[in-house]
Amino acid sequence: MTPEHRKYLTAPLIDSNPVTLQILGICSALAVTTSMATALTMSIALTVVLTAASALISLIRRHLPSSIRLVLQITIIAALVIVADQILRAYAFEMSQRLSVFVGLIVTNCIVLGRAETFAMRNPVWPSVLDGLGNGLGYSLVLMIVAALREGFGAGALFGVQLLPLASEGGWFTPLGFMLLAPSAFFILGLMIWALRTGRPAQIEPDAFPRNDTGAEEAGR
Amino acid sequence: MSDLFLRALLQENLALSFFLGICTFLAVSKRVDTALGLGLAMILVQSVTIPINHLIFNGLLIEGAWGWAGLPEVDLSYLKLICFIGVIAAIVQILEMALDRFVPLLHQRLGVFLPLITVNCAVLGGSLFMVDRRYSLPESVVYGLGSGIGWALAIIAFAAIRERLRYADSPAGLRGLGMAFIVTGLMSMGFSAFVGVGAP
Repeated sequence: MTPEHRKYLTAPLIDSNPVTLQILGICSALAVTTSMATALTMSIALTVVLTAASALISLIRRHLPSSIRLVLQITIIAALVIVADQILRAYAFEMSQRLSVFVGLIVTNCIVLGRAETFAMRNPVWPSVLDGLGNGLGYSLVLMIVAALREGFGAGALFGVQLLPLASEGGWFTPLGFMLLAPSAFFILGLMIWALRTGRPAQIEPDAFPRNDTGAEEAGR
Repeated sequence: MSDLFLRALLQENLALSFFLGICTFLAVSKRVDTALGLGLAMILVQSVTIPINHLIFNGLLIEGAWGWAGLPEVDLSYLKLICFIGVIAAIVQILEMALDRFVPLLHQRLGVFLPLITVNCAVLGGSLFMVDRRYSLPESVVYGLGSGIGWALAIIAFAAIRERLRYADSPAGLRGLGMAFIVTGLMSMGFSAFVGVGAP
């Protein structure tokens, strides 16, 4: 694997993470993160679908007429998602019930279509596979962090294993029920973006109304 | 029925409590008038596609739907994803042409937003929820309307807040996307306070 190839794989992990920088695929990133187990299943499903879709679309990229390429891409992705959904139903029925509609929603997950359109359509198969895998892993990384925080503080457990003794069972930890509700996911992701951008100032968005009168202070920061 | 409508509109708001269509929600909410256009398009598409998908699913795909043709054991429900996406894309296309022909003023306003809606997960999600929760036809009409209006309500309110936020002096790392998430979280908290509205 050449250094350039390795970059396709590692860049989407932090530097151009699909969730925190490109605002892609956020819907499912937030909905399935109430527990580590659902987040991990969703991550695996998305990474597999994304890698396979990138490979397939890159393979036939020279034969796709540009006027119907979107329809064909969606069809390929939907077929892959149906396979993933059926496999989950067959071998992990309970998990597929807990994920409810969100596995199906990988079809409209913007990461898959976005990578197909911007990368796989213009690059050979091997880089596309690496790019798909890298973006899938970047998405998984965010999902796992958010899920670890939500399940850890919301239920005192990770992967369903009780780590903090609950107050209701004689321990000291009172679960923060709020962490399991929808708003907490937004807050955690917002704060994560803040932390990430403090570490990587290149990702900070430009100010819509820069203050001219305090130019010295701005430069000093 | 009004119970279901209010639930879809407020408490089970697609954008704020199921995180559906959040990509579009964050990307197309910088101005109130564009948010209004997208919201109207969403109401229209949502209230048309969910009942039609209901008819297609229960008429063609569900187990036993082909009983009249002597094939009672055929179960095509695994095709629902690909079918719904096709139906949504087709309906959006038809709506666009129909609007252009009969209500050109509305088409001018919504024109650019309609294609965007095809890949909005709130539309597909609404149809999948309809299947998951086994709504009847009248229920799915009400659910489509309620969830569409709920999504539009959320994005318009969010855009209005965001227009003001541009003047705020927020920390550099939080500017833009980070702040948008925090505000959405606050709105989501507000909407979850509607639990019980419309309950008997």
